[in-house]
Amino acid sequence: MTTYFGNLHDWLISEDFSSNRQARLHKAYLLWLSLVSNPLALAGLVVVVALVIVSALAPWLSNHDPIAQDLALALKPPSAEYWFGTDEFGRDVYSRLIYGARTTLYISILVTVIVGPIGFVIGATAGYLGGWVDVVLMRITDIFLSFPSLVLALAFSAALGPGIENAVIAIALTVWPPIARLARAETLTFRQADFVVAAELQGAGMRRILLRHIVPLCAPSIIIRLTLNMSSIILTAAGLGFLGLGAQPPMPEWGAMAASGRQYLLEAWWLTTVPGLAILIVSLAFNLLGDGLRDIMDPRNA
Amino acid sequence: MTAIDKGQADVSISQTHNSRSSAGASWLGGLRKLATSFAVILTTLLGLLVITFVIGRMVPADPVIAVIGDQADQATYDRVFQQMGLDKPLYQQFATYIGNIGQLDFGQSNVTKNAVSSDLARVFPATLELATLATLIGAAFGIPLGIVSAVRKGTWVDHLARFVGLLGHSTPIFWLGTIVILIFYAKFGLIPGSGRLDVYNEGLVEGPTNSLLIDAVIAGEWGVFFDVLHHVLAPALILGYAAMAYLSRMSRSFMLEQLRQEYILTAKAKGLDQHTIIWRHAFRNIRVQLLTIVALAYCGLLDGTVLIETVFSWPGLGQYLTSALFFADMNAVLGSVLLIGLISIAINLLSDIVYRFLDPRTR
Amino acid sequence: MSVQFPSLSGAVTAVRNVSFKVGREKVGIIGESGSGKSTTGRAIMRLQPQGALVTADRMQFEDVDLLAASEPQMRNIRGSRISMILQDPKYSLNPVMTVGEQISETVILHEHVSKREARTRTLAMLERVNIRDPERVYTLFPHEVSGGMGQRIMISMMLISQPSLIIADEPTSALDVTVRQQVLSILDDLVTERNIGLIFISHDLNLVRSFCDRVLIMYAGRIVETLDADKLEQASHPYTRGLLNALPSLEHPRDRLEVLKRDPQWLEN
Repeated sequence: MTTYFGNLHDWLISEDFSSNRQARLHKAYLLWLSLVSNPLALAGLVVVVALVIVSALAPWLSNHDPIAQDLALALKPPSAEYWFGTDEFGRDVYSRLIYGARTTLYISILVTVIVGPIGFVIGATAGYLGGWVDVVLMRITDIFLSFPSLVLALAFSAALGPGIENAVIAIALTVWPPIARLARAETLTFRQADFVVAAELQGAGMRRILLRHIVPLCAPSIIIRLTLNMSSIILTAAGLGFLGLGAQPPMPEWGAMAASGRQYLLEAWWLTTVPGLAILIVSLAFNLLGDGLRDIMDPRNA
Repeated sequence: MTAIDKGQADVSISQTHNSRSSAGASWLGGLRKLATSFAVILTTLLGLLVITFVIGRMVPADPVIAVIGDQADQATYDRVFQQMGLDKPLYQQFATYIGNIGQLDFGQSNVTKNAVSSDLARVFPATLELATLATLIGAAFGIPLGIVSAVRKGTWVDHLARFVGLLGHSTPIFWLGTIVILIFYAKFGLIPGSGRLDVYNEGLVEGPTNSLLIDAVIAGEWGVFFDVLHHVLAPALILGYAAMAYLSRMSRSFMLEQLRQEYILTAKAKGLDQHTIIWRHAFRNIRVQLLTIVALAYCGLLDGTVLIETVFSWPGLGQYLTSALFFADMNAVLGSVLLIGLISIAINLLSDIVYRFLDPRTR
Repeated sequence: MSVQFPSLSGAVTAVRNVSFKVGREKVGIIGESGSGKSTTGRAIMRLQPQGALVTADRMQFEDVDLLAASEPQMRNIRGSRISMILQDPKYSLNPVMTVGEQISETVILHEHVSKREARTRTLAMLERVNIRDPERVYTLFPHEVSGGMGQRIMISMMLISQPSLIIADEPTSALDVTVRQQVLSILDDLVTERNIGLIFISHDLNLVRSFCDRVLIMYAGRIVETLDADKLEQASHPYTRGLLNALPSLEHPRDRLEVLKRDPQWLEN
């Protein structure tokens, strides 16, 4: 087994390329190596992967039903039976935490999937076409940027009503401006590049140029920005949950759990502390990962 | 802390840099620039209003019923419907809306039954107090930290500062507030758990500005002043911590950029010591950038105040907003959101003006 | 003296065993990019980049051992006994300080004079470098002056405290050709009048041969040849000959200019 990996490692490291694919894999592998050599980024990556695994395996990892209530067991401190104690309805906090991971992941991924392409399209179009389109699109972006994001998400959430999908839309509406700005900046950098002009002369339309030329070049910084944004998204989602918007009971959501735990702060400190810690760790992990990615892709920041 | 990560302030700063440095020194050119920025602000304002208007109309609840209740008969419904102007075409409704806002009429709160604008006038200074104090704390600690971090890049000071900053950036602020209350109030009794004043001090100071700190000083009621200070300490420190995280990161990167410049070598070649180089030469070059990010931090803090005020029962705009949310009081919600948006724009405008004033390159 | 930079694949030697003496004369150091000439100049003033390692048998300046001097001692020397003139005033002057303030700073630092006295000295120095209307120029910012004026300001700033050695790192490379001569002649005047030693770093062979007394040719971190300026035509090292042959000349027109062929043998030392 180790010899297999050893051989694979050597093959990837060697600079003697026999195919295009090998060259690309080589480059990717080098990036991977420098990423994992950064202990903080590695820690972040581990936590993120753990989050995904935990969410996927939630039914098997939790030992109690997250929404089963048993008022006789309410507000029990952490014990062997209930690892993180129980909440005011007698529900197991640990299991709710596990299922809450699903909620968190669901929201973050959904928002990112919406915001990434849309933000990119808006920004890249603005950068590519310039002129009036640019001015108008950037004005709109600036308008959204001028609101503090939680407040805007709050407002949209309030208008759309509670519920997890509405929360996703509300958060997405506040997160896309930085992506659009980034995409625009990147597009502007490459807009004048010779290869773009060459493609235009060959008759490529805007869509083709954007898709096949500009996207691969912008992708690294946009991915980094999206990763870093994940932490904000998680914090905003938790904030919304804290205020009663977003995922509704009985669906477990870390922010909401922290909010309801506040009433029992003095008797049952674990109700608020534990979900908050979970939010902190996951948010930190995404930040570390994003920072690590930025370090390897932008040598200036080392 | 969520809102502060706005596409990394450096992107928007450098954009506006480009438009500034290309203008001529002529008086007319300056006027033209001013007019452009004015137009920009106007459009932003308009956009703000559009958004709040749209949000208001998106509410699934029937606004007429919200006012008259669901027991009223059809005739009353029709009458109020007409009264509220809901039968007019959308753009006319929008025009009325703008007109109202212009006259500072934000509608009526369903909960307090007051005009939203008077409610806002009442709660807004409390938030201002908190946010200003928090920004000052954040700047006082964050900027020197960032600068030292840059100068001693790579050392343990740098790593510690960056980690602390990162932590501040990832901490859910409502959780931090709750934990602080848990530890410092419940366990140690060092800070008051909530509110702005102790009960026995309430009503003692009814000043002109409604900012209790200032009013207390004006009235000479030092007991009240220190009481308020005692109450504002914890929330301001927590918010300040979040601001500090952002400010230290940005000042670090500004400083690093300056230290790369050639004029630093010149200064060294002159025989200047490091302290002078950092503070008399490099710092002067980042002064205006720092101002911009402090303004941005302030706006970003407005987010955090919403949560912190809820946690600490601080009777400000944030708490007003969240309880309005809870009771589905849309007028109040929109009014608060609009006000926060307006404050953001105002702060950005202010920092723009001071920037233009201070940077010799744009004169 | 040698200067090494640490890198991922071991130390990179930027300057290798360089040795020379400078008296009250103008010495030019000629080399291409990457030859180590700027690094040498900076190392003399102990202004090498962070992480670079400077080793030498001896670095002696008048009565001071530069290698053993403490940092505060070096700070005393910089700007008052040894000065450095940098290449491009657009970047080498502090953009948010008036030029007068920057010049005064030097003299206040080293001679502890009052602000008023410093201003008088600065104005006098500005006149000395042929800047008309020094009072007005004093209040200008670096982006408001032209390149030639900027360099003259740089010269004022670095010569106002009467150093005895100047290291000029490509002082005219960023200037228009027409302005170059002006700046050079001012520098020449000052150096002659005050009997200062000058190390003139450049890549422009023609410029250096007409301006300096002696010339050092550097290649890949080593000095490959040392000559008097007027004896340049008798250079023996193939690299120098290559440089000379690559220069177009009105007196000896050629159809084809030689391209320098680098011999790896030159790297052996």
